[in-house]
Amino acid sequence: MTEPKPSLWQRLTGGLKRTSSALGGAVADLVSKRKLDGATIEELEELLIRADLGVDVAARIAAAVGQGRYDKTVSGDEVKAILAAEVGKILAPVQKPLAIDGTHKPFVILVVGVNGSGKTTTIGKLAAKLTNEKYKVMLAAGDTFRAAAIAQLKIWGGRIGAKVIAREQGSDAASLAYEAMEAARAEGADVLLIDTAGRLQNKTGLMSELDKIVRVMKKVDATAPHAVVLVLDATVGQNALSQVAEFQKVAGVTGLVMTKLDGTARGGILVAIAAKYNLPVHYIGLGEGVDDLEAFDADGFAKAVAGLE
Amino acid sequence: MFDSLSEKLTGILDRLTRRGALSAADVDAAAREVRRALLEGDVALEVVNAFIVKLKERAVGVEVIKSVTPGQMVVKIVHDELIETLGASAQPIDLNAPAPVVIMMVGLQGSGKTTTTAKLALRLSKQMKRKVLMASLDTRRPAAMEQLAVLGTQVEVQTLPVVAGQTPVQIAARAVTAGKLGGYDVVLLDTAGRITLDEEMMLEAAEVRRNANPHEVLLVADALTGQDAVNLARSFNERVGLSGIVLTRVDGDGRGGAALSMRAVTGKPIKLIGTGEKMDALEDFDPSRIAGRILGMGDIVSLVEKAAQTIDAEKAARTAERMRKGQFDLNDLRDQLDGMMKMGGIGGLMGMMPGVAKMKTQMANANLNDNTLKRQVAIINSMTKKERRNPDLLKASRKKRIAAGSGTKVEEINKLLKMHWSMADMMKAMGSGKRGPMAGLGNMLGLGGGMPSAEDMAKLAEKMPGGLPPGMPGAPGGGLPAKFPGLSGGMPGLGGMKLPGGVPPGLPGLGKKK
Repeated sequence: MTEPKPSLWQRLTGGLKRTSSALGGAVADLVSKRKLDGATIEELEELLIRADLGVDVAARIAAAVGQGRYDKTVSGDEVKAILAAEVGKILAPVQKPLAIDGTHKPFVILVVGVNGSGKTTTIGKLAAKLTNEKYKVMLAAGDTFRAAAIAQLKIWGGRIGAKVIAREQGSDAASLAYEAMEAARAEGADVLLIDTAGRLQNKTGLMSELDKIVRVMKKVDATAPHAVVLVLDATVGQNALSQVAEFQKVAGVTGLVMTKLDGTARGGILVAIAAKYNLPVHYIGLGEGVDDLEAFDADGFAKAVAGLE
Repeated sequence: MFDSLSEKLTGILDRLTRRGALSAADVDAAAREVRRALLEGDVALEVVNAFIVKLKERAVGVEVIKSVTPGQMVVKIVHDELIETLGASAQPIDLNAPAPVVIMMVGLQGSGKTTTTAKLALRLSKQMKRKVLMASLDTRRPAAMEQLAVLGTQVEVQTLPVVAGQTPVQIAARAVTAGKLGGYDVVLLDTAGRITLDEEMMLEAAEVRRNANPHEVLLVADALTGQDAVNLARSFNERVGLSGIVLTRVDGDGRGGAALSMRAVTGKPIKLIGTGEKMDALEDFDPSRIAGRILGMGDIVSLVEKAAQTIDAEKAARTAERMRKGQFDLNDLRDQLDGMMKMGGIGGLMGMMPGVAKMKTQMANANLNDNTLKRQVAIINSMTKKERRNPDLLKASRKKRIAAGSGTKVEEINKLLKMHWSMADMMKAMGSGKRGPMAGLGNMLGLGGGMPSAEDMAKLAEKMPGGLPPGMPGAPGGGLPAKFPGLSGGMPGLGGMKLPGGVPPGLPGLGKKK
């Protein structure tokens, strides 16, 4: 994994090319033709809405772009730069790496999210990254609901040489988490990554199961989990806001990972989430490969959203 | 988090004191809120804009009926327009073709294609008694074919045996042949998805389509999809050609705006919705329910339907009349409590209302559950007829007797009586009903200022085919009472009500918090 790879910048713009080409092209179109007037600002706002930024944030950014520039002739590139700067302002405070605090051993990371958001894959990639950084990593197959999840995590474990604590499908996730924490402690692991079953945030029963997992973990270590990572699918629209709110309430989310940014999605919802919840964004997922998890770069993301190259 | 659209519209439009037709300015103000609600519900921008144009055309100049607020009027128009866009009637899967009828499923990875294929197979075989064969054309994802086979065993539907090394087109041909030879009625083809809309997937799907000549091509899409839903649906429709859409994860709390977007850009009906992880969680698409959700109104339609089924209309009319005269006695209270239990108890009612989560905790705090309702009915049942008509008779010794008879405590009886008094007081106040702070409540209970006369209702019905009430929170006070006043007129009204500090006093059994 030390081999040279395309720069983060290329990867990010590559991954977000849909957003950038759609948005960037449209921005250039609409501004090169005329002055920056009310109608142009409104169109800019619509473009942002189309990228899933949401009504409020889109209006706020569009207004900021217009501030002091009304009726001036502005080039497309200038508008993009201003747009990127405004988006960057919102994203900069949430660009925070997932720091492993060495005073907790094991440092326990609980990974949560709705079905199909990419939790298990994210855990695999994260475990590979941490193993490279010389941490002793252990995995817990806490998704005891989906049969393939346990096998999938075991494959990841085998690939990176991390031990996987698993039980048969259908067993109690909370007691598995307990067991995994004891095992990680006994074997002196530095980091324990706990997978959970996907759950829609409005299913009360499943959410209280998650609550129970957290509660049971505290019996082994009262400070655990030391990080709770919510994995979000970039194709999801405004519902991502509700996912953040509910998972934060139940599991105490400490940070976010957004996946599938290589897809058709634009990921603009991340800007809306940053504006509303100010939760750290650790990583973004750009593909299915083991290296396709990139540290979140607010500036780069903002530029990609604005279509600036 | 979201205020319901009707609340907002009511807020904007109810400042207009004048009556008469909706002016262009009124509609413009409302349209801004509608636009916002739709965008927050993930309806794609281009679809929203087209919708707003239509809405304006339709709403300007509409006469506002006396008993309905302009806000309610606009919500009704929006709701109708949404239903029209979504497709007024449900369109089932079409099996009207020579057997085996081939149905092809397409969609992105993770949208739920394989699960939906199995759900559909179960539905066709169990409900419609068809002999079904499923085949997975997913040669890319390692476990995809096995997954379908496992699901096949689960739903007791045959799957095509896997032959290694075949292309999707070959597998599809083999499935159709096996379908013919085996005497199958339906062959379901589950195609491979991709994480992204890519060329390879489109080519592959288009080729399968050309060769297998499916009767239905269904796009399986996640109801939580954002603005991108239009691109998704449009690409599949242009490249592969769709006959319908299946929306998955409708059991989430997403507003489901993707449904409207996809329907609008493809013109293809949404045929089915996936509503859970279980194999039988596949339902026919009901436009009015999705319309209500997009607008953030909860599943009020179902609530109203349920009310209509369970409430004895005559009894309710009698109760309403008595309420109006301020003669609300314990018999009436019992009828209301009974009605609530019939509608599925507190839990059942709550489940159908928007903004529920907040209320559930409040109710838990106030120790309210269905047992409370039962006990309150038991208390009333332990009274003599005379006592029920005239609760003032109840003094200490009578209360002791009733407590013993109903297995409760005197305090509980006191609480019930207090609740009854406050309700009766309120009703008297509303009987003289003026618009004011109580007007909302009046509406809620189907009384007071908002109560329309029979003539108003008739006028309303003329103007609005399909009737007013379904999905109109806040409106039922104006729309329902002629049919079922009292309790049922009240319940749906809760949808439009804010529930900040406490539970509405009009909801029997909820009484006052200690």
